[in-house]
Amino acid sequence: MSAGHSTYTPKTGLGRWMDARLPLPRLVYDSFVAYPVPRNLNYAYTFGGILSLMLVAQIVTGIVLAMHYAASTEVAFNSVEKIMRDVNSGWLIRYLHSNGASMFFIAVYVHIFRGLYYGSYKAPREMLWILGCIIYLLMMATAFMGYVLPWGQMSFWGATVITGFFTAIPLVGEWIQQLLLGGFAVDNPTLNRFFSLHYLLPFMIAGVVVLHVWALHVTGQTNPTGIEVKQKTDTVAFTPYATIKDAFAMIVFLAVFAYFVFYIPNFLGHPDNYIEADALKTPAHIVPEWYFLPFYAVLRAITFNIGPIDSKLGGVLAMFGAIAVLFVVPWLDTSKVRSAVYRPWFKLFFWLFVVNAIFLGWLGSRPAEGVYVAMAQAATLYYFAFFLVIMPVLGLIETPRKLPNSITEAVLEKKSAGAPATEQAKG
Amino acid sequence: MRKGIFAMKNVLHGLAALGLGLTVATAANAAEFPIKKPVEQDWSFAGPFGTYDKGQLQRGFKVYREVCAACHSLDLVAFRNFEDLGYLDAQVRAIAAEYEVEDGPDDAGDMFMRAATPSDHFPSPFANPQQAAASNNGAAPPDFSLIAKARAVERGFPTFVFDVFTQYAEAGPDYIYALLTGYGQDPGEHAVPEGTYYNPYFLGSASLAMAEPISDGQVTYDDGSPETVDQYARDISAFLMWAAEPHLEARKSTGFTVMIFLVLFAGLVYLTKRKVWSAVH
Amino acid sequence: MSATDSTEHTRRDFLYVATGVAGAIGAAGVAWPFIDQMRPDASTRALASIQVDVSGVEPGMSLTVKWRGRPVFIRNRTDAEIEEAKAVALEDLKDPVARNANIAADAPATDLDRSAGEGKENWLVMVGVCTHLGCVPLGQAGDFGGWFCPCHGSHYDTAGRIRKGPAPTNLEVPTFEFVSDTVIQVG
Repeated sequence: MSAGHSTYTPKTGLGRWMDARLPLPRLVYDSFVAYPVPRNLNYAYTFGGILSLMLVAQIVTGIVLAMHYAASTEVAFNSVEKIMRDVNSGWLIRYLHSNGASMFFIAVYVHIFRGLYYGSYKAPREMLWILGCIIYLLMMATAFMGYVLPWGQMSFWGATVITGFFTAIPLVGEWIQQLLLGGFAVDNPTLNRFFSLHYLLPFMIAGVVVLHVWALHVTGQTNPTGIEVKQKTDTVAFTPYATIKDAFAMIVFLAVFAYFVFYIPNFLGHPDNYIEADALKTPAHIVPEWYFLPFYAVLRAITFNIGPIDSKLGGVLAMFGAIAVLFVVPWLDTSKVRSAVYRPWFKLFFWLFVVNAIFLGWLGSRPAEGVYVAMAQAATLYYFAFFLVIMPVLGLIETPRKLPNSITEAVLEKKSAGAPATEQAKG
Repeated sequence: MRKGIFAMKNVLHGLAALGLGLTVATAANAAEFPIKKPVEQDWSFAGPFGTYDKGQLQRGFKVYREVCAACHSLDLVAFRNFEDLGYLDAQVRAIAAEYEVEDGPDDAGDMFMRAATPSDHFPSPFANPQQAAASNNGAAPPDFSLIAKARAVERGFPTFVFDVFTQYAEAGPDYIYALLTGYGQDPGEHAVPEGTYYNPYFLGSASLAMAEPISDGQVTYDDGSPETVDQYARDISAFLMWAAEPHLEARKSTGFTVMIFLVLFAGLVYLTKRKVWSAVH
Repeated sequence: MSATDSTEHTRRDFLYVATGVAGAIGAAGVAWPFIDQMRPDASTRALASIQVDVSGVEPGMSLTVKWRGRPVFIRNRTDAEIEEAKAVALEDLKDPVARNANIAADAPATDLDRSAGEGKENWLVMVGVCTHLGCVPLGQAGDFGGWFCPCHGSHYDTAGRIRKGPAPTNLEVPTFEFVSDTVIQVG
């Protein structure tokens, strides 16, 4: 996957034999051993590795759960409870999978925000960014379908509401919804196809991850300064430097994951999903999983018609728009400077955006009434303004701080500033 | 250890009260029910080292058998699971044998009733949900297998953030306890439809279809525990928590080992990382 | 190489080894639940014993029940069948071991040791799975009037002992007991 020339020299006869036939060791060596990474990466850059780990963890626990799960509306709920009660270590594997989904999203959000902060999407890394957006979309689809499988009340009604989005599309909406459901409402055909797709999509994610890593290894990592690598002293070898640092971050992340699994495994879930799905009874208050809440708030913020677009279609368009806008971020940002470290105003608006996103998430969990609607509308406005107004305009008018000449210089500067070498500066 | 956790809980509750003052204005027009939030109780199974009190589970099971089981099923629990409550194999067989379950078809093709064995699940008081609803004014009594995880009153911001650190996961039993001890006279502020009973702790509305199900002295305890509604409510809540989360003890004890391991491993990897990077700087 | 250099080296090597070992322990710890989950679950294990009412099984009749997902033959043998089995000399048997889970593992395959024991010699309880490759043998068939496996032609006698064909051992006798005169508990 490395664009540079290979420095791999097989040491043994077997190594040379293999290298002439299938140079897999060479590929691994070039991509994950000798591959140069900027020496000043901080811990925010370890989340790519953490995400790979989480993808593997979800696939492994998922395959195991599929050995015991039965995708039929008659038995799905009870088969999950059988896993929780009777299957050896079943409770552990099920809690790992359900909490793992949340941890996966925590990691992906940190990863995305890190990309936004350090301008990782800017040329020449547009493809890298877009592939990341595709992975995020696939993750959302996978998570949504996975949440339907336990066949609890929230599974059922979440599926009903989300597939209901498509009815907002004029003319063909209803037809598309029935195509997705395989019926007139969420039922056995829906559950079966969601199980099939929930099993398929993670492997598609893995495929896109390969492209994502390929694209990364063509351009190389960005780094907190946003300056491209210029000299050999700017980088260190991936192994052992980045691998050991990634490993440490992974273990700390796993500790947080384990804390949730072993001590508060239902904290991120909804109690109603421990009630079996009932097509005749809607829960008082339908909420999606926490990682969808900001988009859910955007959906519900559109309570008014916009010209010929009624509020229902408007909400759906706004919600999909909130994701779609991510794809064009590389062309919305007009700044010549990559990293927010040297852009004081962008830094301010970025952190406002983070707070706003969390606020949107909280609003998504509130009932859509009274003052919450107005707050959601304001927050939605800022969400879009950040991408569509602030990014293009700020890039043209903001005066960035002076950039160091090279990564090495930036590292040395930080060290000589006298601060006892903190992890950030060291890394 | 427990003391330290409680001290931390108190500090966090203080902070929560502060935060509540800020959010109460916006929260007021949100969920109207329940009218009162459950008060947090002390449970033996709370916290990182929590374990079930087997005596309490046995008492709770007695309350379930003698009172709740008349209307509420416990579909997901098998008689063999009662070994968790401290019963011996022979006792479990004896308990199972007190119940009849349907089996069959026999050689003639007929279904028949037989005494339950440990591998059988707890029989339901009603043949199907329709019969359950028809016998109870149209409101089918919910199954109890998961009720302790399927009921929770929303904690609100910022309490739910502190819950991560206090490991609060007892919203279910707190709710059940509050509901069972919360029946009372309707102060007249809410509509209480005919055939329903006022209870300010009920999640859905001001009143529910179930009348106060238990009264002082109704169930005899042989271990000297007080035969009061308060004690009954505590015991049945604990029993239902066990029914919903039978592997809680294994989960918490495994968790302790895992956390210790991860902390030590993280320490080792951190030292290794420093050694590796020392060559660069 | 100075002394401090080498202690530095040892310390570093120790750290690397310790980290590696901890990683290996962690990996093994993670692997176990994923293997463990493949074993029979608690509900399956709970079905490990069944009780069968044999009051209606007259001499010459058989009953097949399902135990742990496999057929168990319960036969009330006729006197002729018992005599026939008793008449066979041990050295004529392909497998001279009783294969009876209720008695010693090396007990000889006499008719008594194959049956339910003294006083209940008419009862034969066996797992109805051919010891060759797992098919279910047909009852009262084959060259020896016992069981015959149609898959690969194994012949068992009236005590369920292998006499001819590819099967290596006698039909297995599971753990069982008479809990009353008419009820057998298997498992």
